[in-house]
Amino acid sequence: MPALRRLVPLLWLGPAIALIGVVVLWPVVVMVQSSFQQIGGEGFVAGYNGTANYGNLFREPDFVPVLLRTLVWVVAVVVVTVLLSLALAQLFHQRFPGRRVTRWALIIPWAASVMMTALIFKWALDPNVGAINVILHHLGVVKQLGSSQADWLGNPTSALAWMMGVAVFVSLPFTTYAILSGLQGIPADVYEAAALDGATSWKSYLEVTLPLLRPAILVATLINVINVFNSFPIIWEMTRGGPGYETSTSTIYMVDLKQGDVGQSAAMSVINFLLVIVIVLVYLSTTRWKEQVDQ
Amino acid sequence: MITTTKSTERVRGASQPPTRTRSRRPLRTWLIACAAYLVAIIFLLPYLEMLVMAGRPNNELGQPTILPSHFTVANFTSLWSAGGLGGSIGTSLQIAAGATVIVLLVALPAAYCTARRRFRGRTAFLLLVLATQMFQPAAMLVGIQREFTNFGIPPTLSLVIINAGFNLAFAVWILNAFFSSIPVELEEASMVDGLGRVGALLRITLPLAAPGIVTALIFTFISAWNEFLVALTLSLGQSAGQQPLTVAINQYIGEYSVDWGHLFAAGLVATVPVIILFAFIERRVVSGLTAGAVK
Repeated sequence: MPALRRLVPLLWLGPAIALIGVVVLWPVVVMVQSSFQQIGGEGFVAGYNGTANYGNLFREPDFVPVLLRTLVWVVAVVVVTVLLSLALAQLFHQRFPGRRVTRWALIIPWAASVMMTALIFKWALDPNVGAINVILHHLGVVKQLGSSQADWLGNPTSALAWMMGVAVFVSLPFTTYAILSGLQGIPADVYEAAALDGATSWKSYLEVTLPLLRPAILVATLINVINVFNSFPIIWEMTRGGPGYETSTSTIYMVDLKQGDVGQSAAMSVINFLLVIVIVLVYLSTTRWKEQVDQ
Repeated sequence: MITTTKSTERVRGASQPPTRTRSRRPLRTWLIACAAYLVAIIFLLPYLEMLVMAGRPNNELGQPTILPSHFTVANFTSLWSAGGLGGSIGTSLQIAAGATVIVLLVALPAAYCTARRRFRGRTAFLLLVLATQMFQPAAMLVGIQREFTNFGIPPTLSLVIINAGFNLAFAVWILNAFFSSIPVELEEASMVDGLGRVGALLRITLPLAAPGIVTALIFTFISAWNEFLVALTLSLGQSAGQQPLTVAINQYIGEYSVDWGHLFAAGLVATVPVIILFAFIERRVVSGLTAGAVK
């Protein structure tokens, strides 16, 4: 029967659709629903709350600064990551003895849990005995161990700078590998043609390599934007978003709100989610996923 | 058309960077190698610091020195008696292994079906999968927490299902690519030889897709093992032995002091196995993450 035959794919895809439904789609429904409810810290639902959660959220004095900080966090981390990765990919694309071993070192921050990496840097920045401070003290940059100058994570500005550094550090391996795989797809004769035209190596990089790398850079950038936007362990472990909310991004802020007011936290989640949807739409419209599917 | 010899030369040279005059090459290679070794050391150092700290005697924790006077294994041996680390490793293993099994059972049929058949809804399904790759648990944390606690599902089982759901996309994409690359004729020929459809699938297709299956398996295991935010949210209030390793490690962080020695000893236990596992899938993991976007 043709009608039954058409249902056969459902048998193969059914479990996947069910899993996505339970883990990804239904939580979105619950989240949106919760954002219109009054819910205490223990999760007890006191009733329908209209748009009060959103109103309260928008009136929070920390709301706008947190959103602006999130924007700075995402843009700075992703831009620096992509620029450094372009250089690293170029380096690891060359042939030299021991290339395999050095590439293994490169993947460590990618494979290790981000939480552990964040804790290592939290320790290394300890004002009294942290390794980074000890080295900076020997170099004469940090005048006195244990001073407020050595307390990098106690000052919101320097704390954010260091945490952005850690975020870049853990994002570099994936981004470098993505760009490397893009580099490997560029045929050598393209370079030969450029050399024949008299292009210098820097000029041929700008005019030949970069345009051909565009798809790889684009997808690596967007995956990074999603990751960095949702990043939680780095800030959580290094400053808990404090002092106050002065080093919080919107993800940290949402988690912190959850302890006091689940409804308002859900409202923050919905706003985060809408921002992610905008990013995903940009992603789907700029990439060529459909060609790959239809091939 | 170019001659055959010339075209093989080009294929061989496809992934090599342009080479310059031969006389300058040794020095250039040497400089590149040194730069690469330096980068590798920078990526390795933070994790070596973890080893140095775990092996440092506790009475030297307060001294501003990079290396301790001698190394001790005390932190590793007392790891098992002091906290519930053995229990946490068990919990993390359950979560990671459970999620891996579910992902394989669910992703294999979906990937095979979308690779072999053309049917209505196929593109919509693959789009749904791609979209889930862009959503991380952090974006819908409130919904996930409320859904799973409202249904009264125990934390460990919840974490198995949630980690499976969020790693499904990677597995479906990489397996889809592997199945698509295996010629249908190969299956048909073995069916003619009397293997039958299921026999052909088990004896021909699955073994050929083994590298993809292993990659999906290891990738899911590692990301479930490293997952922190959902684990922290759902296992709150459990005893340390029942919490996953990433959460349990945080028990060494007290309000006023941190037990860095035990923390980094536990951190090594948590990171070294996954770094070794990751080295096996290093070459293929990028294609699974960027599938659908980069050709």
